[in-house]
Amino acid sequence: MSKTKKIRVLAAKPGLDGHDRGIKVIASALMDSGMEVIYTGLRQTPAQIVEAAIQEDVDVIALSILSGAHDYLFPKIMELLREKGVNDVLVLGGGIIPDEDIPALKECGIAEVFGPGTSTRDIITYISSRVGVKDR
Amino acid sequence: MGEDNIREGLKDAIRKWSEAVEKKAAKAPERSPSFVNTSNITVNRLYSPLDLEGMDYLSEIGLPGEYPFTRGVQPTMYRGRYWTMRQYAGFATAEESNRRYKFLLEQGQTGLSVAFDLPTQIGYDSDHEMAIGEVGKVGVAIDSLEDMETLFSGIPLEQVSTSMTINAPAAILLAMYIAVAEKQGVSLDKLRGTIQNDILKEYSSRGTYIFPPKPSMRIITDIFAFCEEKLPQWNTISISGYHIREAGSTAVQEVAFTLANGIAYVKAAIEAGLAVDKFGPRLSFFFNAHSDFFEEAAKFRAARRLWAEIMRDRFGSTDPRSMMVRFHTQTAGCTLTLQQPKNNIVRVAFQALAAVLGGTQSLHTNSMDEALCLPSEEAVQIALRTQQVIAYETGVADTVDPLAGSYYVETLTREIYDRAKEYIRKIDEMGGAVEAIEKGYVQREIQDSAYRYQRQIEEKERVVVGVNRFQVKEERPSNLLRVDPSVREAQVHKLKKMRLSRDNAGVKVALQGLEKAARGRDNLLPLILDAVKAYATLGEICDVLRSVFGEYRAVSTLGN
Repeated sequence: MSKTKKIRVLAAKPGLDGHDRGIKVIASALMDSGMEVIYTGLRQTPAQIVEAAIQEDVDVIALSILSGAHDYLFPKIMELLREKGVNDVLVLGGGIIPDEDIPALKECGIAEVFGPGTSTRDIITYISSRVGVKDR
Repeated sequence: MGEDNIREGLKDAIRKWSEAVEKKAAKAPERSPSFVNTSNITVNRLYSPLDLEGMDYLSEIGLPGEYPFTRGVQPTMYRGRYWTMRQYAGFATAEESNRRYKFLLEQGQTGLSVAFDLPTQIGYDSDHEMAIGEVGKVGVAIDSLEDMETLFSGIPLEQVSTSMTINAPAAILLAMYIAVAEKQGVSLDKLRGTIQNDILKEYSSRGTYIFPPKPSMRIITDIFAFCEEKLPQWNTISISGYHIREAGSTAVQEVAFTLANGIAYVKAAIEAGLAVDKFGPRLSFFFNAHSDFFEEAAKFRAARRLWAEIMRDRFGSTDPRSMMVRFHTQTAGCTLTLQQPKNNIVRVAFQALAAVLGGTQSLHTNSMDEALCLPSEEAVQIALRTQQVIAYETGVADTVDPLAGSYYVETLTREIYDRAKEYIRKIDEMGGAVEAIEKGYVQREIQDSAYRYQRQIEEKERVVVGVNRFQVKEERPSNLLRVDPSVREAQVHKLKKMRLSRDNAGVKVALQGLEKAARGRDNLLPLILDAVKAYATLGEICDVLRSVFGEYRAVSTLGN
């Protein structure tokens, strides 16, 4: 794969949560940094998100939940990704996620969780470093 | 000496003063080359009587309780009665939330405010596939009248006022509340409270829509008509800027988009054959109290003036009650920080003070832990105490609209009024709020502001204490309030049992009646009430309406 290819990110809102300020701000920041971002819109089921990730051939899935449903939806998405044989996508989580939940989420394959107050630059740096090392 | 001489003297004095200050500032510059608030309004170094020149006191500011209500909707404001202290609460099951309400009432809270979980807000029963992971999380799960009976058990409905944050299925939850009141033997004209019932800001900012705009507007005007007749003390809608602001808008946009939505509702009601001064007095509003203190206080004043003018001049209202912006305020959730969460107590206090100085009718103060989780009982108590300290200790409630006459506040009030009016003009040109939302204009305006705000924080042009300055290493608190995942199982079990014990033939008849009405033009409320009383579930009722009305699909507003 050519090194000039842009990093592709699926920004997704799983579940019923309507808080999309954060994910939209992050999507805009990622686009400004040169990444290609596909935003799913609200109320996506895990299956829809996994399907979109495959269809769009993304390098990264950025999930945002502020309703507390991350404990069910994040692992469910990881499970479906594995079922579909997708294991080279970097999956990130964000929103209102208590610290004590993070170990379990990482256990199931969420690479990193970004909480309130995170700078978009930190997210960009993180993605660039992680997707960069795959030697695209 | 004539007035002209005094004015010339003042002008001269200010000119000299400015020259001297500029000289000093050349050597020791101010903190910033320019100062702007969140609405991009430039804040001057000094405001003086010169800024109020050309302002006509009676027509722009007026007296409290009189048109244009800039100074407040009641003549005596908090000298008569304090604002209603109303904490938004609800989580897990109806039993659990009922306990929290009783706790809050014991603590001196004066009104209830019900938070529903997302499946309830989007019209799914707890056993629906879309509800997995969400039951009882951000509010209480209500599937049927049975849950509603539990929620208000032991709370006499004639003695409390109840606000319900419910939009797309507002008619159903209102019907359940009515049915509970009837069972308690409370006559409907005694019921006081509010349903949010504001679908337009769901499309633009909050996300819990179900049906497309047209049938949604019909349900809303059906509610107006039904309440006009049966629930004269009920606030039929709470036209909300709160979520528009939380989604990232500026203060000016909050006023403009809220009132533009208000215009759309009034138009729809008039087109449905209702008289403006019949439903007008029952319209209520809901605003955010953000961090820029004077901008916020001025915002409330500007909103009152602008709405009064809209109702009188655009819609020909002659009843002052229709022209009044009566509003609830919540402090800004988006300003709460995960870092050093106790600082949030201070933020909330200042925001609450701005709301009180802006003349709010009721207030929710956020809890310090809300950037982490649902509020703990201790955090809620501090939040409520914050209001009580403002009311009982600071003295700010002892005179009406104490900021009036401040050269700065009056100038800001006028500036916000002018800029919001300009936005409304643009929205009018697009055909109104519904069209502006369907085009994605409102959403784009809001998300651009949100992005600008975030960039300002990251560039450190805007300081957030504890986040981009004055950070410390800290341990995150543990033992957060959590909703047990078993809540869903319990709720599903209860639902199953209820479905077995009810008269299912009666449910079917009621739902068929509702479907017929939905296809026709009759008011839906009496039929929804029949269905609710037959213990049809929220999901079943919404499914009937979905089958007739269809579902809303959001427009994409990201990218080019």
